[in-house]
Amino acid sequence: MEIIMSVLAGILFTAGVYMILQKQILKIIIGTALLSHGAHLFIITMGKLNRGKPPILSEGVTSYADPLPQALILTSIVISFGVTSFLLVLAYRTYQTNGTDNMEKLRGNDHE
Amino acid sequence: MSNLAILPILLPLLTGIILVFLNKRLPLVRLITRIMVLVNLAVVSIIAFNVIQNGTIVLKAGDWTVPYGIVLVADPLAMLLVVTANIISVACAFYAFKSLDEQRERYYFYPLFQLLIAGVSGAFLTGDLFNLFVFFEVLLIASYGLIVLGGTKQQFRESFKYIIINLFSSMLFVTTISFLYAVVGTVNMAQLAERVGEVQQDGVLTTIAILLLIVFATKGALFPLYFWLPKSYTVPPTVISALFGALLTKVGVYSILRVFSLIFVYNLSVTHQVLLTMAGFTLEFGVIGALSTNNVQLIIAYNIIPAVGYMILGVGVFSATALAGTVYYLLHDMIIKAALFFLVGAMVAYAGTSDLRKMGGIIKNQPLLGWLFFIGALALAGLPPFSGFIGKLLILRGAFEEGHYVLGVIGLVTSLLILLSVIRIFINGFWGEPKSEYVQSGNSINGKILPAAFLLVFTVFLGLGAEFIYPTVQTIADQMIDPANYIDSVMKE
Repeated sequence: MEIIMSVLAGILFTAGVYMILQKQILKIIIGTALLSHGAHLFIITMGKLNRGKPPILSEGVTSYADPLPQALILTSIVISFGVTSFLLVLAYRTYQTNGTDNMEKLRGNDHE
Repeated sequence: MSNLAILPILLPLLTGIILVFLNKRLPLVRLITRIMVLVNLAVVSIIAFNVIQNGTIVLKAGDWTVPYGIVLVADPLAMLLVVTANIISVACAFYAFKSLDEQRERYYFYPLFQLLIAGVSGAFLTGDLFNLFVFFEVLLIASYGLIVLGGTKQQFRESFKYIIINLFSSMLFVTTISFLYAVVGTVNMAQLAERVGEVQQDGVLTTIAILLLIVFATKGALFPLYFWLPKSYTVPPTVISALFGALLTKVGVYSILRVFSLIFVYNLSVTHQVLLTMAGFTLEFGVIGALSTNNVQLIIAYNIIPAVGYMILGVGVFSATALAGTVYYLLHDMIIKAALFFLVGAMVAYAGTSDLRKMGGIIKNQPLLGWLFFIGALALAGLPPFSGFIGKLLILRGAFEEGHYVLGVIGLVTSLLILLSVIRIFINGFWGEPKSEYVQSGNSINGKILPAAFLLVFTVFLGLGAEFIYPTVQTIADQMIDPANYIDSVMKE
């Protein structure tokens, strides 16, 4: 199970990096979303996947799921959710003001 | 008693939240900000004094025992940096009243600014690697808001790149933390240090160390990952550039300092060699960038990069002398970068252009600005008696003592080139015949000079009053050399 999850995370990373290297802003944002999904899958995999076990360590319980990765992933999901929605708004405003969503054209040295 | 450790985070956070609701009443917002930055500076100074006198304060959130809960560790190093960050926040708050247009003030500058300070303080104080990520995000999200504030074409153009690069490195950070968790089973820094020491640092852990280095190097603008910095730091208004230049990259540097003096110290021939190599290139490329442009704001922004190079050189050398130099330089650099951004901002406001070729003779009408800039330039280059000298002296002495002669010489040459790059601004901008078009612009810049002067007082104090601060810094460095000190102070109960 861990192997499958790791491979899946790897595929998500690959696709994410490919999308980030595109020129269109929207594709880049999809890339960052894929990347963060990959990272989140990775966290949950790294804490060992124990299905159907309680996330508690107490008297008499020998087999348990690790609660820490779940706490971490929740935090991380919330953060990437917030950032992604901000990025979408930013992309729209960038397109509005600069009149293009092509990163090749979003460069230059002119200040002021 | 231990609850004191959370105040530096809580105060700006609550202030920020209150300011969000009051944003329609600008005079009130300004008043609250002015009071709260001063209160906050006073509070953190008292805590810092307490910590330096009586030892580290450890706050266990919710009273969970150490490896399970979240800890905040207010050790002398973290508290010194928090105090410096708050000095800058005071200066920035007072500069903002004079320099920002009302539109930007109204659109949540002050709440974002307070949240940024909360994030920076949190990143300095946390004793948990995952929490470091969380506080990084807090300060980065505040910085995303600040960098697009105003919404000009250039801001959108550059901020998109800034956000993408930071988002990418944050995702890499999370992935690296999960790797680390899989290998040693903890994210608490003290326990990490203990366990990495127990298993000795093998190939896997060294790889993780390098991954973390890449993350922090991106945030801290080290070669070859600094390319995003100069332009994105010059597009927002001066006060925001100053905040970013003074605080954001320094959080990255602090993380490298912490992680590579506490956790990954068992395979120095790999990790610290990489640090040294990166430091060498960072020094050179940063200063070449500063010499390559005629835009005064870009020159100062580029000067952030060699400063980071010096600090990382100190970490890479990894001796008590060099680490003391790094800490001293960190304090100095936060203050001087904010001051120089302020002064250059005042220059640009007065001259109406940021192009050095179109300036000249400003000192005739603005002697105070001219002389303050001169002091700032000397302090940046590290001439005695100003603060840059002591940090640089310690770092380079450490480098020579440990036999890194090439890097030591690179450091010395870079120092001269930094002096050249800022003196160019002084010669072309302040000397010569005044250009006629200044008369029309004639903006009042007095309110912009005061915060810079306030910061320069600290620079002079760090230089001349080294007697007061240096012993503390040396003690911090002596404790950093041996991770056991930090581990014991966190895990003692």
